[in-house]
Amino acid sequence: MAAVELNEGAPPAAEEGGVRRRDFINIAAVSFAGVGGAVLLYPLLNQMNPSADILALAQIDVDIAAIQPGQAIKTIWRKQPIFIRNLTPAEIQAANAVDTGTLRDPQTLGERTREGHANWLITLGVCTHLGCVPLGAAEGENRGEYGGYFCPCHGSHYDTAARIRKGPAPRNLEVPEYEFTSPTAVRIG
Amino acid sequence: MSFPWAEEYRPKNAFMRYLDDRLPLPRLVYNSVGGGYPVPRNLNYMWNFGVLAGLALVIQIVTGIVLAMHYNSNAETAFTSVEHIMRNVNQGWFLRYAHANGASFFFIVTYLHIFRGLYYGSYKAPREMVWMLGLVIFLLMMATAFMGYVLPWGQMSFWAAKVITGLFGAIPLVGEPIQNWLLGGYAPDQPTLTRFFSLHYLLPFVIAGVIILHIWALHIPGSSNPTGVDVKSPQDTLPFHPYYTAKDGFGAGLGMILLAILIFFLPNYLGDPVNYVPADPLSTPSHITPEWYFWPYYAILRAFTVDFILPAKLWGVLAMFASILLLFFLPWLDKGPVRSGRYRPKFRIFFWILMLDIAVLGWLGGLPAEEPYVMASQAATIYYFAHFLIILPILSAVERTLPLPLSISESVLGGEEAEAPPTDLSGTAPAQA
Repeated sequence: MAAVELNEGAPPAAEEGGVRRRDFINIAAVSFAGVGGAVLLYPLLNQMNPSADILALAQIDVDIAAIQPGQAIKTIWRKQPIFIRNLTPAEIQAANAVDTGTLRDPQTLGERTREGHANWLITLGVCTHLGCVPLGAAEGENRGEYGGYFCPCHGSHYDTAARIRKGPAPRNLEVPEYEFTSPTAVRIG
Repeated sequence: MSFPWAEEYRPKNAFMRYLDDRLPLPRLVYNSVGGGYPVPRNLNYMWNFGVLAGLALVIQIVTGIVLAMHYNSNAETAFTSVEHIMRNVNQGWFLRYAHANGASFFFIVTYLHIFRGLYYGSYKAPREMVWMLGLVIFLLMMATAFMGYVLPWGQMSFWAAKVITGLFGAIPLVGEPIQNWLLGGYAPDQPTLTRFFSLHYLLPFVIAGVIILHIWALHIPGSSNPTGVDVKSPQDTLPFHPYYTAKDGFGAGLGMILLAILIFFLPNYLGDPVNYVPADPLSTPSHITPEWYFWPYYAILRAFTVDFILPAKLWGVLAMFASILLLFFLPWLDKGPVRSGRYRPKFRIFFWILMLDIAVLGWLGGLPAEEPYVMASQAATIYYFAHFLIILPILSAVERTLPLPLSISESVLGGEEAEAPPTDLSGTAPAQA
């Protein structure tokens, strides 16, 4: 410390480019500490992301053999409702008759189902507006003006391909990743 | 704050001037840990540990808040929730190891901070209040650490809760009601766990509050220094920033390296493996010890084996509490006018014997309660109390101290030859504030 003060009388010897050794050490040390502190933020923030046991629940197998045409079931995937609906030929026809150009989120029924399983409409039961569960999966529930699903929270109407047709929701009901493991069983996730 | 030549805070731009008139927070920071706090220029690295202890508290609070997001204070699920943190939560293992080893780190730096105070006489006038507030912080730390250790609800957690609350059971008449009140039952169970979690979350913030008082009290006379000679002129001091922020930053870097080594390479070295066995109220582990930082006190507790007027159990408890409460009277037990051990040749010898004695007590506290360790604990306990109650008062009265330097700057700038007048109270006159 003493040496520091004593040197102050004479101008410090500037090295090449006018950068003193001390300036370099200062900037390097503070930068290193800054980067270290920022890196520490990663575990402190990432710990709030879904943990391994939650992610382990991210895949479910569902037996769909018992669902008759015109019926739908609700199941739970990642703690969220999933609608699995066996469409009637009339519903499929109604969905295919729509001109996709007139839709808010243009998609055909074919794009929203698996090839060879066009009658199986599998979507998240989460309204894309603010996350309520739409009605229409259970028997006798209001299916809205287009015969698909109706969200009672803010009045979004979905058609038989679960596409948004009327109301505030911005997108169609989300189709999760899934595959048919047999003609009567699907694996979601 | 403390000296007339302290640099005044001058806001650099219009916004800072505006803020300074309404909420002078930057001024407070500047005067406490910025260029406005003059510090003796001769502080050595032993003066780093206060800042390091503050850093340790921040680490404990930050990692603790995050762990509380995943921990479950239910006696049925507490243990598994800790395993959940270790296995499932993203980087949960790091957060928990940082918290557990952070506690050890906190005690390491705090003990060094206390030993520095003992060696350099930092407890002496006019800093008695700083010393006593520090002891309050230490007691709060011990309570917090103990309750935190109970939370994982392993075997050691459970039996620590049982044994430590049992200490209060030694108090005559009201002992057992107090123990039951602390536990919320006849043995540690759900009520104990829930209240310990609540208090374990609360106490660190109480500690932070007392630390503010500790620093406030410190900044009245200003920091002590290795010579123990009072600051006399601007030449004796340097501004805290950048001189001591840089020095403390270097120390913090070394401290973090040590902590990182513990977390990443020796995460369970300082812990007891038995605490990875879930709590079982029907079976006590064969060898039960507290965490290392309580070993010296544990040795004192176990040193009393014979009933003498009072039951042995009560003696042990009284001695354990007295070993810390005694330190509150230290400023009056050691009344010698010379502060620093550097100028007290005999004190210095006894100081190192005390350090050895505490190390021996710590070593014995981790061993089983068998002979010859019990007898050794008794001898070491007697010496501990004798140091403070007999040796220090006599020493401070009879010791012939070495000549003090005239001033801090004299001692720094090679003026050791210029001696101060013979020891009297001139060396301890308060700074002209």
